[in-house]
Amino acid sequence: MSANNPIPGVHSDDDTRGASVIVIGGGVTGLSTAFWLAEAGVEVLVLERGIVGWEASGRNGGGCSHHHSPLFAEEQRLWPMMDELLGYPTEFRPNRIRIALSAEQLTLYGRAVANARKQGFRADDLDAQTVRELVPLAGNNVHAGHYYHFGGHANPHRTVQAYAWALRDRGGRVRQHVTVTGFRRQGDRVTAVETDKGVFCCDHLVIAAGPQTGRLAAMLEVDIPMRAARAEMIVTEPLPLMPLGGIDGNGLYGRQTLRGNLAYGGGPHEWVETEAQPGGPRPSTPLAGSIARRVAELLPKAAHARVIRSWSGIIENTPDGRPVMDRPAPWENLTVATLSGVGFGLSPASGRALMQLVMQGHCDFADLSSLRLSRFSRLEPDWDALQGWLPASMATA
Amino acid sequence: MNTDPRSVAGKRLEIAERTQILIVGAGPAGIAAARHAHQGGAQVMLVDEHPVPFETMGESVPQIWGGRMGGSVRNRNAMTERMLEARPDLAELFEAGVDIRLGTACWGLFANQPNLGWIPGLVAGLADEEQGSHLVGFDQAIVATGRRDMGLAFPGWDMPGVLGAGAALVLARLYNALDSRRAVMLGSTPEALLAVLELVSAGVAIAAVVEQAAAPAAPEDLVARIRAAGVEIVTGEAPRGVTSDADGVTGLVLRNRTIACDSVLLGVGAVPMIDLLHAAGARCAFDNDRGGFVPLLGAGGETSLPGIRAAGDCAGIWPAKSSDPALAVAEGRLAAGAALAALGLATAPADVAPQPGPAADLGEYRKAWVRASVVEAVAEMPVCQCEEVTAREILDVSPPRYLNAPHLPNLTRSLTEILGEGPPDPDQIKRLTRAGMGPCQGRRCREQIQALLALQEDLSLGVVPLAGYRSPVRPISLAAAAMPEDPAIAAAWDSWFGMPRQWIPFWDVEEHYTVAALATEKEHVSE
Repeated sequence: MSANNPIPGVHSDDDTRGASVIVIGGGVTGLSTAFWLAEAGVEVLVLERGIVGWEASGRNGGGCSHHHSPLFAEEQRLWPMMDELLGYPTEFRPNRIRIALSAEQLTLYGRAVANARKQGFRADDLDAQTVRELVPLAGNNVHAGHYYHFGGHANPHRTVQAYAWALRDRGGRVRQHVTVTGFRRQGDRVTAVETDKGVFCCDHLVIAAGPQTGRLAAMLEVDIPMRAARAEMIVTEPLPLMPLGGIDGNGLYGRQTLRGNLAYGGGPHEWVETEAQPGGPRPSTPLAGSIARRVAELLPKAAHARVIRSWSGIIENTPDGRPVMDRPAPWENLTVATLSGVGFGLSPASGRALMQLVMQGHCDFADLSSLRLSRFSRLEPDWDALQGWLPASMATA
Repeated sequence: MNTDPRSVAGKRLEIAERTQILIVGAGPAGIAAARHAHQGGAQVMLVDEHPVPFETMGESVPQIWGGRMGGSVRNRNAMTERMLEARPDLAELFEAGVDIRLGTACWGLFANQPNLGWIPGLVAGLADEEQGSHLVGFDQAIVATGRRDMGLAFPGWDMPGVLGAGAALVLARLYNALDSRRAVMLGSTPEALLAVLELVSAGVAIAAVVEQAAAPAAPEDLVARIRAAGVEIVTGEAPRGVTSDADGVTGLVLRNRTIACDSVLLGVGAVPMIDLLHAAGARCAFDNDRGGFVPLLGAGGETSLPGIRAAGDCAGIWPAKSSDPALAVAEGRLAAGAALAALGLATAPADVAPQPGPAADLGEYRKAWVRASVVEAVAEMPVCQCEEVTAREILDVSPPRYLNAPHLPNLTRSLTEILGEGPPDPDQIKRLTRAGMGPCQGRRCREQIQALLALQEDLSLGVVPLAGYRSPVRPISLAAAAMPEDPAIAAAWDSWFGMPRQWIPFWDVEEHYTVAALATEKEHVSE
């Protein structure tokens, strides 16, 4: 804690135990933050409205290659050690091949590679024949590719649960099925979280509640501009494992899982209303067919593989699509975080950075200045309409 | 208003054709609905997935066929002819001008609703083996997808010859291709015993009915009919294993005897086939008197999704309905009448849907079977056959075997300690153990896992949530899943949201973000 030492032990109010730090949101960012806090010996409690990792945190491509982020280097440093650190398997596997089926795709992917190289990471250029040798399911339509000697992929379900279990093993607590209804405050301090299960006292509050982050922060007069959107993925039946599972490209993100399924997403998203009560049904749409077409193009020798599932996730986005990780004024003991729809892969690093924000007020291993809330201080009030981010129904029924 | 070029806004969903009333499933309810809707002046499309491609049947879709499909099911034309013989009403409806699509699976229903504003009204995804997938727009749908069988694990249940009781009936009645001469029925529910009587009349010898409880579950009159048919009822027994040869099952092993048979029929639970409805977002709830999870229905069989109705077994299974097709017919007619009224072609029907009477505690019955067969099994066997997950691994929340993970601290904890407050959720178990994640899409294990979790936590069955269904509710190949697509989708395709500033490197980010500043173009970077 920055100013005052946390008082370990039990808070009591309506028979509910608070904690030194309360994290609202059992998604991947909140859980990782809580894990790192517990690892540092801080008494931490995670409040989750539903089940941990239930929404987009547990449903995503599992990629760990975020070359654009100030947390990239730490992301790359931490992933190879996460299984050991957490004590539970994440299914992390290093490296990635990105396949371009056209010159345009190669140019686009080349920019990401240039940014990674600039940060000291190695990426090889691959010709079409080499891609086919390395990727048995690829076909004659390959234009070229890149081999990333960094990044990789992990299993989102398993990883979010690993954070939850690891934090519990360190004395932290996770309470599921708890809905936050309000906050108690004293001057510039948040003193407690009001919920449908009682009032939980805290010395510091972290809000990392995905699409709900904006609404919750607004209850403390903190404005975090964000809008929610739906994105979709598909999964096939298991296929024999390719030597490297981290294969994507052709406008898709995703991987072959360690079980052998092809799990891919991409394509248009839909801006939707942020739910007052999250956790509603998450039907997917016929966009699955458009994704399937592109997976069959990316890996033509898998075109016979059967799609057995699709799913959709609701994802929050800030106006520029970049995270907010900040200690907003005037609050002395509040940290807010949204990873803006790109939270899974960065989670080992973002959680550690947020732990430092909570405990020392700044991050000592990455420059988070580009993630401050203040960058939106000149934002147009109607930014969402200007960007076409308002839900617009084409309903004809 | 500005539009986000990478969003769905302004992009068309390619609807290949339209109909007024779409009916999914050509059983008694679906046929009755089609006839009534057609006679009422509506344009009707009736689709049925049978005959199912042989390869798809191999994945236990949509029934647990257990490898007892005769070789003739490979011949699709012959199977279509047999189906028309078995259901002469279909030919009559075809002659009358109803658009009938056999061998056509409906793998998804999509309704405009919160979070799905892009869907133009109501849309169905159809697939057939020859033409792949396409979309059909409709004004009203009547889902009459019927029932399937609850799976029940015991050592050897993954052998050829272990199949669903309902699957056996479909093979015998619809395909005339049941490859079984002598079968044992597990379970003595009214549905199981009615299946026994039908199979006997179809020429299948039923060696015995095996019931784990001390007495049969069905009413006495039905039990008496079974005895009159010369079928032995063995109570207080559960399968301990099977004997087998290269063709599969040759006998069912009980505690003190082995019953010679070539098939073991799973009859412990007839389950409403709600996959299409649940995946579409229709609200469903556990209803003991209707056979488990069923859609919540309003007048005219309407689900929580306006314009989508349910009729027949997928709306609920109970003994009177199982023994008399007239009830399913009445539901089909009623749903069609309500659909006609919604289209302005008729006045709303005044009749009330048939209602179930109070039923015996289905949850306790299914849990007792899972306890006797799965929990008390003398050998380890997969409950989830696709992903090879045992009951122990499910209850320990063990990571899947392919990880070769070391011993986890979790093994010393209870399920509640592992998963946190609230009833254990099969979807959470699925994500962590992979049970239910395979190509059969959870058809063989879903209800068993529900019962296992309820047993472990001492909960009533209905408290354990339904493991969710996702479209496509029938497995379809990547090649066949690809559909005609608006060129605007391809033109703006990006792997992730395609925002102008999301992926530029952090050292190139402006101090302040404004929409106006986007006028300064930067090179587009991908995720």
